Amino acid sequence: MSIVELERGRAAEAKLRVIDCDIHPAMTSWTEVHPYLARQWIEHLSVYGSHLRHAFSEALTHPRMSPDAARVDAYPEEGGPPGSSLELMRTQHLDANGVEIGMLIPLRWNPGSQRNLDFGVALTQAMNSWQVERWVKNEPRLRASILVAQEDTTASVAEIDARAGDPSFTQILVLPRTDEPLGRRRYWPIFEAAVRNDLPIAIHVGGTNGHPSTGGGWPSYYMEEHHAVAQTMQAVLTSLVFEGVFERLPKLRVVIMEGGLGWIPSLSARMDKHWLRLRSEVPHLKRPPSEYVRDQVWFTTQPMEEPGRAAHLMDLFDRIGCDRLLFSTDYPHWDFDDPRHAFKAPLSEAQRDQLLYRNAQAFYGSR
Amino acid sequence: MARHIVATTDDIPPGKRKLVNVKGREIGIFNVDGEYFAVGNRCPHEGASLCKGRIVGLVESSEPGSYQFSRRGELLRCPWHGWEFDLRTGKSWCEPDRTKVRSFELKVESGGALVEGELQAETFPVSIEKQYVVIEV
Repeated sequence: MSIVELERGRAAEAKLRVIDCDIHPAMTSWTEVHPYLARQWIEHLSVYGSHLRHAFSEALTHPRMSPDAARVDAYPEEGGPPGSSLELMRTQHLDANGVEIGMLIPLRWNPGSQRNLDFGVALTQAMNSWQVERWVKNEPRLRASILVAQEDTTASVAEIDARAGDPSFTQILVLPRTDEPLGRRRYWPIFEAAVRNDLPIAIHVGGTNGHPSTGGGWPSYYMEEHHAVAQTMQAVLTSLVFEGVFERLPKLRVVIMEGGLGWIPSLSARMDKHWLRLRSEVPHLKRPPSEYVRDQVWFTTQPMEEPGRAAHLMDLFDRIGCDRLLFSTDYPHWDFDDPRHAFKAPLSEAQRDQLLYRNAQAFYGSR
Repeated sequence: MARHIVATTDDIPPGKRKLVNVKGREIGIFNVDGEYFAVGNRCPHEGASLCKGRIVGLVESSEPGSYQFSRRGELLRCPWHGWEFDLRTGKSWCEPDRTKVRSFELKVESGGALVEGELQAETFPVSIEKQYVVIEV
């Protein structure tokens, strides 16, 4: 990649149109959710705070390489964390990058992982209202995600049914680091509610379940933690397939967000190989595992793979299925992908439009 | 190629930077402990504005468990993905031959010499008492 190539890419700016499937809105102050929280929970938050299965209630699982995991240039001049200013989000991202529709993925407090289930439920309800009132009503390009307290499936289903009729919401957000692997039957009511309401399930990196973030134990470095998201997503996808979630719910649509892409073909091939030999252990699977993935699972693109050779990237897209890839930026986080430069491969205009826009348009439909 | 006055030395104290525009090209001018360096403002990786990045030193290691810190203030980290660029060369630390940002020749010259040479800054008058940063683009 030379400087010259990068500058040439700017020619495409004029006709850039993007659906960004991963934008992280933030709160200037946590008091922003007060209007949507019962008084008892406001006081609970003040007195006891957020209680997750890790140390330091306001910390992330592992310190990020950058404060707030943010782009250094995304801090609003008026103060507050990156992602908290709608005006900056507009000028720096939505306008500048041709974003016509952007999906909000709020991560504050990991409400789905709160140990106090009732508090977690209250937070999801409040943050769902906050997304609509603070963001969607003020910026018609933005769409909300229905947060659920996934360890309390009854409450999750109630929240899904309560919000599904509001076109502000495009999907149901579940965190992949759940107390048990996500395909286990305790979580099925959430998937059934998704199908009943014709909403996809978005699984975005996150959650704190107390288990080490890698299969080999707690890592030393942020670089390992950052890599571990791919392992987490592999565990989630394997669980969904082998527990029979896709077989039972053929209309269920899942989008895996920010988990990387390179592992998808090899995992699919490995699952198929095992199925050919061990099928009788999971007789509820009627088809090779890769077919469920191909039919019912989509993936967001950021953080984009950069294998070094354009041909390898194109081969990867082909093996996953070019129609399964939904462009995402992760704004305002530090590993943001720019729609002009994220794909280090010579894409045709039609391919570019498919990746940046049409796939997501088809996936989310009219919402 | 032409020479352009882009700043007075007072504008950019040690450890600081200034973003300038020369012939439509954004360039970052950095003062590293009294030495001045200039690099293009667009990161060659994904186009971020490099001048907004952090200025850091070089951390190296001869083996696991050892850390050597040197060249304080001589590397620039991209504000997005953290790529490190050597302010002296514009080369990225991890891919020096493949991924680099353009660097420019800078000179510090006195106002007196510049006035005699009839080189004028477009944005401010040149005073003979001051020192100026001059770039060749």
